[in-house]
Amino acid sequence: MEHFDLSLVNWSRAQFALTAMYHWVFVPLTLGLAFIIAFMETLYYKTKNEEWKRITKFWMTLFGVNFAIGVATGIILEFEFGTNWSNYSWFVGDIFGAPLAIEGIMAFFMESTFIAVMFFGWNKVSKKFHLISTWLVAIGANLSALWILVANAWMQHPAGMHFNPETARNEMNNFWDVLFSPVAINKFLHTVSSGYVLSAIFVIGVSAWFILKGRHLLLAKRSIIIASVFGLVTSLFLVLTGDGSAYQVAQKQPMKLAAMEGLYEGSEGAPLVVVGALTPGKEYNDSRNPFVFRVQIPRLLSFLGYRSGEAFVPGVKNLVEGGYIYTNKEGKEQLALSLEQKMERGKIAIQALADYKAASDAKDTTAMAYHKNLLDSNFEYFGYGYLNNPKSIIPNIPLTFYSFHIMVGLGFLFILFFAVLLYLALRKEFKIKKWLLRISILMIPLAYIASQAGWIVAEVGRQPWVIQDILPSVAAVSRIDSGAVQVTFFLFLIIFTTLLIAELKIMFKQIKLGPKEGGK
Amino acid sequence: MNPLKKVFLFYYEGFKSMTVGKSLWLIILIKLFIMFAILKIFFFPNLLKRNFDSDSDRSNYVIEQLTTKSK
Repeated sequence: MEHFDLSLVNWSRAQFALTAMYHWVFVPLTLGLAFIIAFMETLYYKTKNEEWKRITKFWMTLFGVNFAIGVATGIILEFEFGTNWSNYSWFVGDIFGAPLAIEGIMAFFMESTFIAVMFFGWNKVSKKFHLISTWLVAIGANLSALWILVANAWMQHPAGMHFNPETARNEMNNFWDVLFSPVAINKFLHTVSSGYVLSAIFVIGVSAWFILKGRHLLLAKRSIIIASVFGLVTSLFLVLTGDGSAYQVAQKQPMKLAAMEGLYEGSEGAPLVVVGALTPGKEYNDSRNPFVFRVQIPRLLSFLGYRSGEAFVPGVKNLVEGGYIYTNKEGKEQLALSLEQKMERGKIAIQALADYKAASDAKDTTAMAYHKNLLDSNFEYFGYGYLNNPKSIIPNIPLTFYSFHIMVGLGFLFILFFAVLLYLALRKEFKIKKWLLRISILMIPLAYIASQAGWIVAEVGRQPWVIQDILPSVAAVSRIDSGAVQVTFFLFLIIFTTLLIAELKIMFKQIKLGPKEGGK
Repeated sequence: MNPLKKVFLFYYEGFKSMTVGKSLWLIILIKLFIMFAILKIFFFPNLLKRNFDSDSDRSNYVIEQLTTKSK
């Protein structure tokens, strides 16, 4: 790894992270607000009450602003695949291509057709067709997210493919294994439900502002009730899918779990850290206490990770040194290899690829078969061949740990928030204290922080892997000038910040304008 | 009326009657212009497509990259 330009890898990662985080500012609100609007329009369709139409149209306008300013921001990520991550782009082959192509086609048809009906179709199509279009926009937006998240889940847990050494590409041999991988299902459900929670908080926060200003009270009260119900149900579902996701992490990405929990030394009956502060500068192999302080629940990490309060949860040190018993992909118990052993097998796999290529060029079929066999039997450790020291498989533990605990803590706070608000809103007299209305507005940035923190856990926690165990970021990156990546990073930073400020101004302006006609 | 004309008018009248500020559309157009006319063309070429003519050449290049990076 001596001649890897780590500054190139780090700048490329930083650039990708910046773009992805900017993209994710807009996506969760689109995913959830579309459903909230669909529920509101359904109430209009059922009751024929014009106030519901006015409410629907107001939130639809904010949905439109968010959708329009967020549109195509995800395409920049695809640009970066081709330029900064060309080895990776080639290596993933059609695994990424198929879901992204489906997403592209689906997004285009659903969005260009039904969004147009949703916005332009009032009084031009029947109420029923308009309502169906609104629901299809909501379903379509979420299905678009499905394909992107399936592709991301495959990177966290590669399944349903084989590696072709002739082309250096992974080829899909079972589409359903890719689509229905347990990681993909949990990731999709957890991610979209986080968007629903964020959207519910957005609706409540904006409505709370209206109540504080004494404007559009009926709209605000009805919106708070709808959003509180939607938020409470989806935030409880978020806990369920979060548990499912963490279980998958424990099985497939134990190092990420160790980082999420600041777990350096594994143990049976491992506790779950509820809140804590990590010891700064702690190394995986020093004897210092990993925490300055912590509050923990005994055995809960073992139970959540392995469904047994007595189960052994490996820590960072165990994952580097190996030697513990774990259950492999086939469900059999086996002794964990040390990092050194995995690196050795990874190097064998990489050398086998080089030798296969040489044999292929020489048309030596016997040698080709031999090296292919060697490659196949060591391929699950392919990526380890690019690593050369224990630290290289340890992600940024403080960033992963704090992001995880911020996300979880805020998630539980949101459940309490929705429950309290719904209780107050459904009492005989709708009365919410001013301080709670102010807190409701403050909840909006907290929802965005929780949402971004979730992605930090998912992506920082899986480092160094671009594809788990198979391709680290140092091998995935293109050999380009790191100076060029730095230039585009700062270019993005300036452009995105400017655009975000302008876009937020438009959103605030629309909120201040409020709904157009009528209302109390 | 011709169905195509109907669809055209549906979109045309829809966009025409939109009341959300012009500045939103201006920002979207600027953003799309920056993304596709500047960033994509000048900063983000698809390296493998640009530098190689065939998939076979691309495969060879990536194999060479993957097998030399570990040494």
